[in-house]
Amino acid sequence: MLRYVLRRLLTAIPTLFVIVTMAFFLMRVAPGGPFNQERGLSPEIRANLEAQFGLNDPLWLQFVHYLGNLLRGNFGPSYNMPDFTVTELFAKGLPISVQLGASALVLALLLGSVLGTIAALNQNKLGDYTVIALATAGSTIPTFVIAPVIQLLFGLTWRLLPIGGWGDGAFINKVGPVLTLALPQIAIVARLMRGSMIESLRSHHIRTARALGLSDWSVVVKHALRGAILPIVSFTGPAAAALLTGSVIVETIFSIPGVGRYFVDAALNRDYTLVMGTVVVIAIFTIVFNLIVDVMYAVVDPRVRYD
Amino acid sequence: MAASETILSVKDLRVRFRTLDGAVEAVKGINIHVKSGETVAVVGESGSGKSQTMMAAMSLLASNGEATGSVDYRGRNLLTLSKSELNKVRGRKISMIFQEPMTSLDPLYSIGNQLIEPIRRHRGLNVAEAREEALKLLRLVHIPDPERRMKSYPHEMSGGQRQRVMIAMALANDPDILIADEPTTALDVTIQAQILMLLAELQRKLGMAIVFITHDLGIVRRFADRVYVMRQGEVVEEGEAEAIFVNPQHAYTKMLLAAEPTGSKAPPPANAPVLLEGRNVEVTFRIGGGFLAGEPLMLRAVDHISIRLQRNQTIGIVGESGSGKSTLGRALLRLLPSDGLIRFGDRDISQADRQAMRPLRRQMQLVFQDPFGSLSPRMTVGQVITEGLLVHEPDLSGKQRDQRAVEALREVGLDPNARNRYPHEFSGGQRQRIAIARAMILKPRLVVLDEPTSALDRSVQKQIVELLRKLQADHELSYLFISHDLSVVRAMADYIIVMKQGKIVEEGPTEAIFSNPQHAYTQTLMAAAIDVTRFRLSA
Repeated sequence: MLRYVLRRLLTAIPTLFVIVTMAFFLMRVAPGGPFNQERGLSPEIRANLEAQFGLNDPLWLQFVHYLGNLLRGNFGPSYNMPDFTVTELFAKGLPISVQLGASALVLALLLGSVLGTIAALNQNKLGDYTVIALATAGSTIPTFVIAPVIQLLFGLTWRLLPIGGWGDGAFINKVGPVLTLALPQIAIVARLMRGSMIESLRSHHIRTARALGLSDWSVVVKHALRGAILPIVSFTGPAAAALLTGSVIVETIFSIPGVGRYFVDAALNRDYTLVMGTVVVIAIFTIVFNLIVDVMYAVVDPRVRYD
Repeated sequence: MAASETILSVKDLRVRFRTLDGAVEAVKGINIHVKSGETVAVVGESGSGKSQTMMAAMSLLASNGEATGSVDYRGRNLLTLSKSELNKVRGRKISMIFQEPMTSLDPLYSIGNQLIEPIRRHRGLNVAEAREEALKLLRLVHIPDPERRMKSYPHEMSGGQRQRVMIAMALANDPDILIADEPTTALDVTIQAQILMLLAELQRKLGMAIVFITHDLGIVRRFADRVYVMRQGEVVEEGEAEAIFVNPQHAYTKMLLAAEPTGSKAPPPANAPVLLEGRNVEVTFRIGGGFLAGEPLMLRAVDHISIRLQRNQTIGIVGESGSGKSTLGRALLRLLPSDGLIRFGDRDISQADRQAMRPLRRQMQLVFQDPFGSLSPRMTVGQVITEGLLVHEPDLSGKQRDQRAVEALREVGLDPNARNRYPHEFSGGQRQRIAIARAMILKPRLVVLDEPTSALDRSVQKQIVELLRKLQADHELSYLFISHDLSVVRAMADYIIVMKQGKIVEEGPTEAIFSNPQHAYTQTLMAAAIDVTRFRLSA
């Protein structure tokens, strides 16, 4: 197993290299640059700035420089927020996004699994239809509708929650954004869980467990649920990578200083270093979480063995 | 044995399934009883309702099924017991083993864990005590090295071993009745015999009653005291096993007893031309390996096999699962890369690529075991069987193709109107006829038949065997007949190759192999195949 993890980490290096290379050059294909603003800078200032950041060098040389810095853990300065380096921006914003995302993920996994299981146990009955209706609503109503509704009801009408802001990470400030992030995920997990649980309940070894006179609790929780959890485990990998790296919509609407906004802002502003930083962070999260998922698989299912 | 009392009695049991097409009655008011310590067989073909009867008794019906009538176990109606009362009977007083040893154990828990759970539940032992009991049970069912096996997971065991574990679980709480639903159908013949011997031995030791649900009359004759013959949800005949075999009353029972494939195939003349020849054929599979993953494991599935198939000859390739018999069949058709020499007619096709093989393909056809999976559900039967013509005889007009489809369907004994319907509308036997029609429409010279009758009921098997023999006689076909079923092979083949672990252990004319097997493995195989022919009617 250890060998397997090491091998996967080793193969992550070329993967990352390909991602970084593609992102670097694709971004440069897009017209414009970090200092083409609407007001327009005078040519002298612009030339000066571009020289300062090395943007006049041939593209391959810039790439080599970027790679060299990256290897030393230096993401470079942000072009649009010149007071900060990209590393500093992530150091401040990433913990916030990770906290929100992780809470939402845990909530979604717990609630979604329970709802999905209830639906499966009551297949084609009222409980099932209720969960399916909720799940359909949850996955069709967009976040940018849910978030303002939460703000309106809980923030303005009932004054239970603050309307926005991070509040130095106070619990009450996290409720709104976490709920908004979690709702669509709950819907997805519930649907996945329902499907795999129905299948699991039909399998031959569940029939065996029933024939042996085991209790319903043991049949459902010990035998059916453990088998049904595998698709949820695979879903968790990409979902975690997406949730933990922040959401532009939720962070904007709730005025949260996370990193979710950077991707869109940086791309629009051609803030090359910040875009690259975001790409690298998301890539690393994706690779790491997929690895964790594969390891979890082997933990849950003894048939899965690596090496 | 003490005077036996009736412990289980099924009265006027009906099982209904709600389906989209309305209610389907699978069991139509049957009466069955089981006395303590006896062996009762419920016999029937697929769809007879024999399994659903026992599923209903155990409250294991699918969620759209419902049972009415009564199933009395020592005075209590199991159908009306509460779930918790029922769970004091299930797994304790009445237990069950199933047809699918590969999937009937929970893949995520160790064998020990799965054995301990029902013991603790029903007897309230602590973990250490239950563990001791589990070890005893594994010894009882002759699992070698039980200490180590307690920690094994189902996927680490063979089908036969898993079925032994299932039996151990079923017997864990010393039940009154063991219901065995086709317990050996999915196993190789030698393993089948071992499992049946084990059940007989355990019954002697423990004295429980056994209810065998089976389609296999050999098992019935050998083990059952009493027999119920079921057909389409009804019991058509019941009685002492001996009486049923010697003097069956119902026409259906008579048909079942006569359903064993009979006859034999005469060898072709010695000077018949050789159609297919393989010399030192080898197939090797790579397992694992790759980037940073180390050396792959090499598995030799077919090991130095030579074979000569003449025109109008049928060679039976016999062996258990994993013996390489199917792989050999595919390699000889160049569907798998192989080493060694392969000749088809007068052409060396050892290294022929797909391009070179294509014109030869119409002369070599393949029929598979699974009549359900091998026909595309989205094509009409007509499209399925004429698809090959589009490739091999592209000049035919639509009308001509349709005419060929009509001929092919007639030839395999189906109504030509079948060509406008879809495969799911047909029974297993009919689908296998469609698969044969698909091969025959191209007028092949060689047909590889890979377990073509294994998924079919006995009475249908017999029809398919007769059809194949007729087609062979009409068209001077050569067959490679791959099967683990010795009685079918005996009726089909004039020459037999016995394979084990990729090698030929014995070969020769059919009668010689059957009457005087030389190799120890062949002898085991023969002894294990429970010989139903002995029990055929004298009439």
